Parts: sequence; C-alpha cells; structure tokens
Amino acid sequence: MTPVVAMGIVHEAGGRAILDGINLQLETGMLTALVGPNGAGKSTLLGILAGDIRPTRGSILVQGCPIEQLKPARLARIRSVLPQKNRLEFAFSVRQVVELGRFAHAGGRRISRRSDVEAVESAMSATGVASLADMSFPTLSVGEQALVMIARILAQDTPVLILDEPTASLDIRHEHRVMNLIRHRARQGGAVIAVLHDLNLAARYADRIGMMAGGRLHTLGPPGDVLQPTLLSEVYDYPIEVMDHPSGSGLLVTTSATRRDGAHRGGAT
Amino acid sequence: MTFTGLSLMVVAMLVLNTGMGAVTIPPATVVSLLAERVGLEVGSGAIGVQESVLWSIRLPRIVLGLLAAGALAAAGVGLQAVFRNPLAESQVVGTSWGAAVGAAAALALGARATGSFAPAAAASVTALLATFLAYRVARRGPRVEVVTLILAGVAINAIAAAAVGLLVNVAEGGQMRSFSFWSLGTLGGATWQTVSVTLVLVLPGVVLLAWRGRQLNVLALGDEEARHSGVDVRRLRVEVVAAAALMTGASVAAAGVIGFVGVLAPHTVRMIIGPDNRVLLPGAMLAGAVLLLAADLVSRTAVAPSEIPLGVLTSLAGGPLFLWLLHRTRRAQGGWV
Repeated sequence: MTPVVAMGIVHEAGGRAILDGINLQLETGMLTALVGPNGAGKSTLLGILAGDIRPTRGSILVQGCPIEQLKPARLARIRSVLPQKNRLEFAFSVRQVVELGRFAHAGGRRISRRSDVEAVESAMSATGVASLADMSFPTLSVGEQALVMIARILAQDTPVLILDEPTASLDIRHEHRVMNLIRHRARQGGAVIAVLHDLNLAARYADRIGMMAGGRLHTLGPPGDVLQPTLLSEVYDYPIEVMDHPSGSGLLVTTSATRRDGAHRGGAT
Repeated sequence: MTFTGLSLMVVAMLVLNTGMGAVTIPPATVVSLLAERVGLEVGSGAIGVQESVLWSIRLPRIVLGLLAAGALAAAGVGLQAVFRNPLAESQVVGTSWGAAVGAAAALALGARATGSFAPAAAASVTALLATFLAYRVARRGPRVEVVTLILAGVAINAIAAAAVGLLVNVAEGGQMRSFSFWSLGTLGGATWQTVSVTLVLVLPGVVLLAWRGRQLNVLALGDEEARHSGVDVRRLRVEVVAAAALMTGASVAAAGVIGFVGVLAPHTVRMIIGPDNRVLLPGAMLAGAVLLLAADLVSRTAVAPSEIPLGVLTSLAGGPLFLWLLHRTRRAQGGWV
C-alpha cells in the first residue's frame, strides 16, 4: 500500500492560495526531492504531509487512513519529520537527544530494550556523531546539531521520512554523507520526501524530483525530465543551464555564465 | 551521588528542625519518641513538653514544609517543561498569586482554619484559572510565546496580589495580622489536618509528573517536533498545567506564597545532573525540601519568639542566588534562546 497519499490538496492562508490542487503519492523505496523557488509552497506541503497543518481542502491518507484520525503515537511509528530549524531548550546530551527519537517505540519506558539501544547507536555512528555522544547539545556547532537531529530522525526508524532541507547547514562532505544515508533508507524500502534547494544534490540522489511553483506541482518525474534548462529558467525566473556532469554520469545544474541584465538582480532582491 | 548528598542534607535539616527552638529536643529523643508512637517501649526519658512540642508543633510543620517544597519544586519542573523555559515557575506565570486569591477569599468568607479543605480547593481553582489565562494570552496558534507568557504572569500577579491585599484589608482586626502574615508565606499554621489536606492534593500531581517524565523530555524539542515524535502535546500540557495548579493551590492555601523554590530547586539540580525530567523531578523535590526547611529554621529561630515570613526569606536568599545562576548558566550553556 502506498504509505502516504495526498489528494486534491488546496490550502489558503490570509485569503491567498498557498497550495492549489496538489496530488502526490510517496512511493516505497523512492527518494522524492521537492524543489522550487522560495514561496512555492514546499514547506507548507511538507507541513500538511506531516499532519501539522490541516489543508483547506483535500485529504492525506497515511497507510490508507485519514491522517487526522491517527493518534500522535501511532503516526510517529509511521513517519518521522525533520524540521528546518533545530531547537532544544534544555542542555540534553547528544545521546539523550537521539534517544528522544525512540519515544514512540519505547513508550513511557526507559531506553533499555536492545532494539532501542541499537537504533540509537547505529543512527549516531551513521551520522558520525557517536564521538559527541556525551556532549551537551547546545554547545555543538550548528552543523553538528543538524547531524544530531538527523540521527534522531533515523533512530525513530519509520517507513516514511519527511525532511525539510536536511542539508541546509552542512558542509560538502556531510551533505553527501546525509544524502547517501537518506537514499539508503529509501533503498531499504523507505518512502522519503525531502525539500532541497541544491538542484545538484537533487540531480544526483533523488529518484524523482517534484518541481513546485506558485502552489502547484509544476512537474514530477525523474531528474532528467525535470532538470531542463528552459523549465528551470522559467520557474526560477533566472537563466539556468544544465549539462552532463564532467564525471560522465548525471547532470550538472548551474546558473548561466553570461548574466543578461543587472536590473533583474535588483528586482529579485 | 547527587541523590545521596541531597538525602543527607534533608536528614540534617530534619535533625535541626526537630531539635531546635524554644524547647531543645536531641535527635535520640526524637527517634525514641517516634518509636514510642508506633508502640515500641524504648523509654525515651522525654519530658512531656518535648513530646507535645514535637508531635503537635514541629512535626506537622516539617511535614508540611516537605509537602510544600515538593509541590512547588514539582510544579516548577512541570511548568518549565511544558513552557520550555527554565524561568517558568508557579510565581512567574501567575499560578501562586492566583492561588492566593482563592485561598484568601475562602478565608475571608469564613472558612476558619487554613487546614480545612475549602481554601485549598478554592486556591486550586483560582490557580488553574490564572495559569490558563496566562497561557491563553501567550498562545498564538499552536505556539506559546514564552516572553508573553511571563509578561502575562506579571500582570496576573499584580492583579491577584492587589485582590489579596484588598481581602486582607476587609478582614477583621485580629484575623488581619495572621492573614497578611500568611500571604507572605509561613508554615506557622501547620496542623496534621493541614498536612493531610495538602497531601491529598499534592500526591496526584507528583505521580502524574513522574509518569510523564519521558514525554516532558520530548517536549524540549518543541511542540510540533514532540508531536512528530509521538507525544499528544495538547493533552500533556493540560494535564501538567492542571497538576501544577493543583499542587500550587494546595501549597499556597496551607503555607502562603513562597517564591523561588519552584525555580531555584529545579534549576540547581538541572545544572548538576542535567535536564532529564525523570531524575530532575525527585532531585528538585529533595533540593526544594532542603531549601525550605533551612529557610523555615531561620524563619522561626532568628528573631524568636517572633517569626520572619518564610516567603520573605526564600526571596531574599533565592533572588540573588537565582541571578548568579542565571549569569553562570548563560555563560556555560550559551544562553537559552
């Protein structure tokens, strides 16, 4: 069964349509990258898929069940959500933060079951934060904190992962480490959706790309179909070129070397 | 380690608080008097006045102190977790003075002793109203704006304190002095009846918080993140705020407004053993007990035979210490924002 289905999602806020008729299925074994310019509705769509926001019209089915009928504990065993911002008000240790991801599995009990301990340990070593396990979370750098939060999501061990800019504050090496982890989760049968701003990461790792523009799912398909220069230039309102990657496999997306105008830039910012 | 230290300090406070005062009772006498109570013939050799002082004055006072301290510390732990701010406390978010209004009104309307159930119940109700009012004002969509919450608490405290002042003024002459003394915090009104009423109202709250410890930890991630992790955030918040109001109400009705225990005890313990609510709760309750019993000892012996209000002492000692903790923690943890 398709784990998450979004049907006819329309969302309005402040009299403005943020999302306008989205149909999307998260497929098992597939990493879907959600891309598009600022204000296209990507985060709102993620919020609706996660069950945070109730859409004005349309419905979300999670494993065949309307999302609003599922209790938080049940939902947390099906999908995990990585928010864009990391917040933690108290000085928990890295290990404690990753353990929080096991809440839905361990219920009110202590982390003592073998499966819980294993999930926490393997999530920490996969993200490379095992050596920080006893450090206090607030003392970490922003990038390290982001990795710990990704470890927490991995420890939650859900068939569906909803990730809002998982690589936002990471350096190149960790960017690829995290993308590899996420793709690996998909290969193991996970249904993953991630908002990405870096089109090259999307090109390299995603099984399909959903291009959002103006509250609509403009195009949804394999990277080669979506990453077309004319399509990208139109959606982003900026000259974009796509070429074969020098390594011989995949695509390389870049802005046009010859900038056509200066007024355009002034208007955009 | 920390718990052993805290427990030893509580024991030391018990020895001092049972022993010191107008009538001196050595620890050995206390133990044998207690043994005789439960039917053991140990021959305490205690004189009659020692027994009556211990049994009807000091012990109820100590037990009430333990209950009030436990209630305030536990309420602090709960409120800090649900509002995700180490400054949240019964007194800060308006719960304490909200409770004082109910208790004062019940007392002014003629519920005689502070030990009866009516003031405690009334205090719990008004504490609940005050806390939810502050919460409603501070809530914006699914979020609670902590700064607004604290400012709302300031306003609610001002209104409630004024209402209490008004009630104190309309009270009759003889009643008035003890009334205003109560509003500043005192364990002086302790009887076994007060103790039992307080126990009945405090215990469920402590049990709830202990049971919900892990959920309170998850809440540190934020409301939405906690829900993503499987916590029913709305229900948890209602439960914890209600428990905190009930505990604070019982404590205030019995012992008046005692500030800073609910913020100081959890904060100190958190700095030593970390923020895990499952160990923080018992730790903070023990630390609160030490703090309150020490304050009460000073309160009744420093200027004997008269007393210094307990709330005055806890604020006097707790305020500056709190400022220092604030400064130190900000440096060590890089702030709370």
